Amino acid sequence: MQEVTATSRHYVDRLFDPDPQKVLQGVIDMKNAVIGNNKQKANLIVLGAVPRLLYLLQQSSSGLDLRTECAVVLGSLAMGTENNIKSLVDCHIIPALLQGLLSPELIFIEACLRCLRTVFISPVTPVQLLYTDPTVIPHLMSLLSSSQKTQEYITQIFSLNAHTHKNTHDDAPLLCVQTSDHQTVLFNHSAVQHIAPLLISPSYKVRMQALKCFSVLAYENTQVSMTLVNVLVDGEPLSQVFVRMMQRDQPVEMQLTAAKCLTFMCRAGAIQTEESCIVLKTLPCLVRMCSKDHLLEERVDGAETLAYLIEPDVELQRIASTTDHLVAMLADYFKYPSSVSAITDIKRLDHDLKHAHELRQAAFKLYASLGSNDEDIRKKITDTENMMDRIVSGLSESSIKVRLAAVRCLHSLSRSVQQLRTSFHDHAVWKPLMKLLQNAPDDVLIMASSTLCNLLLEFSPSKEPILESGVIELLCSLTQSDSPALRINGIWALMNMAFQADQKVKVEIVGCLGTEQLFRLLSDPDNSVLMKTLGLLRNLLSTRPHIDQIMSSHGKQIMQAVTLILEAEQSIEVKEQTLCILANIADGNTAKDLIMTNDDMLQKIKYYMSHSSVKLQLAATFCISNLIWNEEDGSQERQDKLRELGFVDVLHKLSQASDPNLSDRAKTAMQQYLA
Amino acid sequence: HSAGLHYPGASVPAYSTFCCLSGDEQDLNERLKRLYPAVNEEETPLPRSWSPKDKYSYIGLSQNNLRVHYKGHGKNHKDAASVRATHPIPAACGIYYFEVKIVSKGRDGYMGIGLSAQGVNMNRLPGWDKHSYGYHGDDGHSFCSSGTGHPYGPTFTTGDVIGCCVNLINNTCFYTKNGISLELSNLRLPNLYPTVGLQTPGEIVDANFGQQPFVFDIEDYMSEWRAKIHGMIARFPIGDRLGEWQAVLQNMVSSYLVHHGYCATATSFARATQTMIQEDQTSIKNRQRIQKLVLAGRVGEAIEATQQLYPGLLERNPNLLFVLKCRQFVEMVNGTDSEVRCLAIRSPKSQDSYPGSPNLSPRHGASNPHLHTGGTESPTCSNGVTPLKSKNRSSIKYPSASSSASSSTSSSPSSINYSESNSSDSTKSQPRSANSTQETSDSEMEIEAEHYSNGVVDGSSARIMNGTYKHEEILQPDDNSVDEECSNGRQLCGGNQAATERMIQFGRELQALNEQLCREYGKNAAHKKMLQDAFSLLAYSDPWNCPVGQQLDPTQRESLCSALNSAILESQNLPKHPPLMLALGQATACVQLMARVRSGSCSFARVDNFLH
Repeated sequence: MQEVTATSRHYVDRLFDPDPQKVLQGVIDMKNAVIGNNKQKANLIVLGAVPRLLYLLQQSSSGLDLRTECAVVLGSLAMGTENNIKSLVDCHIIPALLQGLLSPELIFIEACLRCLRTVFISPVTPVQLLYTDPTVIPHLMSLLSSSQKTQEYITQIFSLNAHTHKNTHDDAPLLCVQTSDHQTVLFNHSAVQHIAPLLISPSYKVRMQALKCFSVLAYENTQVSMTLVNVLVDGEPLSQVFVRMMQRDQPVEMQLTAAKCLTFMCRAGAIQTEESCIVLKTLPCLVRMCSKDHLLEERVDGAETLAYLIEPDVELQRIASTTDHLVAMLADYFKYPSSVSAITDIKRLDHDLKHAHELRQAAFKLYASLGSNDEDIRKKITDTENMMDRIVSGLSESSIKVRLAAVRCLHSLSRSVQQLRTSFHDHAVWKPLMKLLQNAPDDVLIMASSTLCNLLLEFSPSKEPILESGVIELLCSLTQSDSPALRINGIWALMNMAFQADQKVKVEIVGCLGTEQLFRLLSDPDNSVLMKTLGLLRNLLSTRPHIDQIMSSHGKQIMQAVTLILEAEQSIEVKEQTLCILANIADGNTAKDLIMTNDDMLQKIKYYMSHSSVKLQLAATFCISNLIWNEEDGSQERQDKLRELGFVDVLHKLSQASDPNLSDRAKTAMQQYLA
Repeated sequence: HSAGLHYPGASVPAYSTFCCLSGDEQDLNERLKRLYPAVNEEETPLPRSWSPKDKYSYIGLSQNNLRVHYKGHGKNHKDAASVRATHPIPAACGIYYFEVKIVSKGRDGYMGIGLSAQGVNMNRLPGWDKHSYGYHGDDGHSFCSSGTGHPYGPTFTTGDVIGCCVNLINNTCFYTKNGISLELSNLRLPNLYPTVGLQTPGEIVDANFGQQPFVFDIEDYMSEWRAKIHGMIARFPIGDRLGEWQAVLQNMVSSYLVHHGYCATATSFARATQTMIQEDQTSIKNRQRIQKLVLAGRVGEAIEATQQLYPGLLERNPNLLFVLKCRQFVEMVNGTDSEVRCLAIRSPKSQDSYPGSPNLSPRHGASNPHLHTGGTESPTCSNGVTPLKSKNRSSIKYPSASSSASSSTSSSPSSINYSESNSSDSTKSQPRSANSTQETSDSEMEIEAEHYSNGVVDGSSARIMNGTYKHEEILQPDDNSVDEECSNGRQLCGGNQAATERMIQFGRELQALNEQLCREYGKNAAHKKMLQDAFSLLAYSDPWNCPVGQQLDPTQRESLCSALNSAILESQNLPKHPPLMLALGQATACVQLMARVRSGSCSFARVDNFLH
């Protein structure tokens, strides 16, 4: 080690020679010494070569040759380990190189750009460094016309600079996601106009990097995507250029990236999903990428991009599901590492293992997209060999990405009544799902609880065993989450659970949730949470004995909540739901009194019977109808009281309402008086 | 000198010569030619319509046999009916595709689209029986030679376009619906016909065999396979022979240059690559000179020179001699042969100053210092390869010819009928060169320069099969005197009376020669035809614009020139054809053989894809 350091020190020492010619020779020798030698690179960095090289690079007194060679050596050092990059960045290499770009000498500029490119490719380099100085991007744009090399390096910097964001966005099938700020900066500096002509560059590398730029710029960016649609390259619309790049005799990388560009433009709304460049070109191209003929990375990328493309459009889902037998093709994604590779080829096994998780999660994602709307496709998916078993084991995989994708897939399939009744029950998917719900990160939790909502629907045979597994406490805790999505899923699941449930379950729900939390949810800022909470109340207050039982213990608070909502500024839907709860209360035996003794509440009901919204009139009338129903104890007294309060007149008026439902309901109520 | 090559493609299908094609038919022909360039429609015609003969009686055809409708009862599956296309799918397609549009699904929409072999029962839907395949509209199932189908794709109905693609490279097949490809399935049958079957009243479908652009992008699919196969060829392992490779290539180039007499180029190539030339320089130059004479239309001089330099050669090849003389007669009509030229043109000197390459030896054999009468034959090697030139042999001694007249009378019983194939070549090539050389009227020089500068090698597929080829000499750019002859208006024998008389006399001699040959070797139909054609020229007032005027075209000299060159080389025990051309011929023949043995990749492995 000492010896090595000694020779390395010699290289560094020569950088300080007073004779500039000797310094140049020293740098050249250093260049030759570090190529492909990570140890040597690390040594030189430790010995402080970087600041000296940067100094020489920045001195205008250094000759062009020397400055260029310095940039080359620094670029070589950057090719080493991540630690090397960190050291270089710490030495402020980026500002120095950016400064170098202002030189009039193209050869020096190219060396600086090459080094910058290498530094920025690394995930350890903060992308932000490119954007801190507002003059940098416009200058890079102006350099795009200088040479093929500057084109290649600059487009690569633009397209790769957000590598670190990889896969943080769960919907993103992307290699790199640029923050929309950076997209905007590039866009505002006419990136589209500058880079578009490079798509027909004679250099493949330039074409490819320019294409990558567009895929990064267009991702989830409507402004960029809309602009791209109208761009012409040599008289040809950009989308047609992309279509040409997707031709089957083009390199796969180019086909795939062009397909991404069109996918992003489509998702951003710039291209209609039914256009032939999507249906007949992009979609088949992405399906093709999923086939066995391609590299594992390409298959992952293809499946993820396809999942993203078809996610919102049922027609594309239908087409994709029939193209090249995609559903069956995807089953192959689960066969890695294959049993053959394990024995015969260690290198292959390693490769397979590395990609196995990625393949599985990509397949799950694509299955999720394919099955999100169409019942036939869902059936096709669940009929695929061992599909349900694969999902079940996917739910408990160590990789969080696979777990998330598996639960997404399960969620998509759980929208099918038929699947809930059959395959979901047969494979007891609720078990791993329940396990997944324990201590999972929020994104997994959202998907899992959403799936659970469907599994708790009354016709789902899984509902019983889930109830027995003590899920109520978990769901109640979800309603206290900071995430609105989790609160909704929690209360939604409880609502589904309470539908036509046993007394015992209802009591358990109310007991576990607590009236305090119930009231908190009734004032939730998220309207859907409020709606689902009212729905839960409605489901709890079904069948007479349950109504009386719950109202006897929580009547006061519930009536308070109802009053509050009816008095507050709320949407029609919320008020309708509340009046329905009131109607349910009015259906109880003892619970009726809670309304009858509350004149204020009766006035409110009367008010809503004359409301401009028919929905509210109907719900309020329902309530009164329940109160005056003949066959029950004390009906005479109630009828008399309500007549005194003028309800008969109101009913009479309503019996002549133009809405047939409303008039029928009012007439039925009137008949109670006649009997 | 450009030694560039251009190799001929497949022969042009016969239909392209039809004079009056409708626009649609032309579109179809063009599209089919672009899709299936390797298919030789003379051997294996492409399907263009449904066959009115090969169908069940419940099938009705209309609209040029492209529309199919059902006219049976359609009560049950026993009323199913199918129709096949006129021809099976040629293997040379590599990838074949056709589409069917459902015009009406009729009562129940039981349409089946697919393939079947000849002889499969037509009272059935495609796929139900052995040797047939089909994709059915009512249930979206695929039937592979079985009465029970399996779930395959979506159902299809009125307005849908269903396609069927046959990949003869990997023996697979897939269907498409509205331009989207469905699942791939295996296919293990040769000679399948596009087939469609219907089963209920009202069902109508239209076929598209290339009449219209396809909905599915079949050309894109083909481009993938073309790239695959080209990649396979490019990556074909050479292995241990890597070292030999260079030597083989150098030898190929060198022998090609030598064969055609590109003396200076060959010499500098040999110097640069440090290789040896297998033939003596003088010999190369002699051949070059003779070739130039033939190409310039001075066949008489060429015969003379051959007889001087290679005595006995023409005597041993009476057929070649006859063909040469026939050509000489034609050139007399043309006014280019020296026998009439010296009469027609005032200055007889011009013919003597043949401006060949500077180091070309003087023309007349008698005064040629390099030729010594009575010299020994050059030593030959039994394998047809001349031994390497030894240092002390600066010139080869050839026996000089005694007289030019003797050749017409002498004969050798042992001579083989060599020129037979050659003469048929020259007639065959006539229609082909028509397009490129029709406009030769005023400046032959220009046309020849254009023609030769590419070093174009022309030949029909049949000739390539035999490993022969057609050669064209590159004329020296300063070769004016030879080429001026036509510029002053074209007249029979240059418009000279004496020349015309000489021509007529020569014609009689030629006639006599033919009769003599007939007596000795029996009748020769090719000779007879050749003679007839040549003499026919005299029947027209403007021979250049007459039905047999094609003979006068200078390009007609090329095949003869190469035949003579080959004969000379053979007589020197040198290869008749350069290895480069043999290799090309071999490769081309291989690809054609692939088509015949139904190896589909031949369509994307075409030799001309690699020649630029």
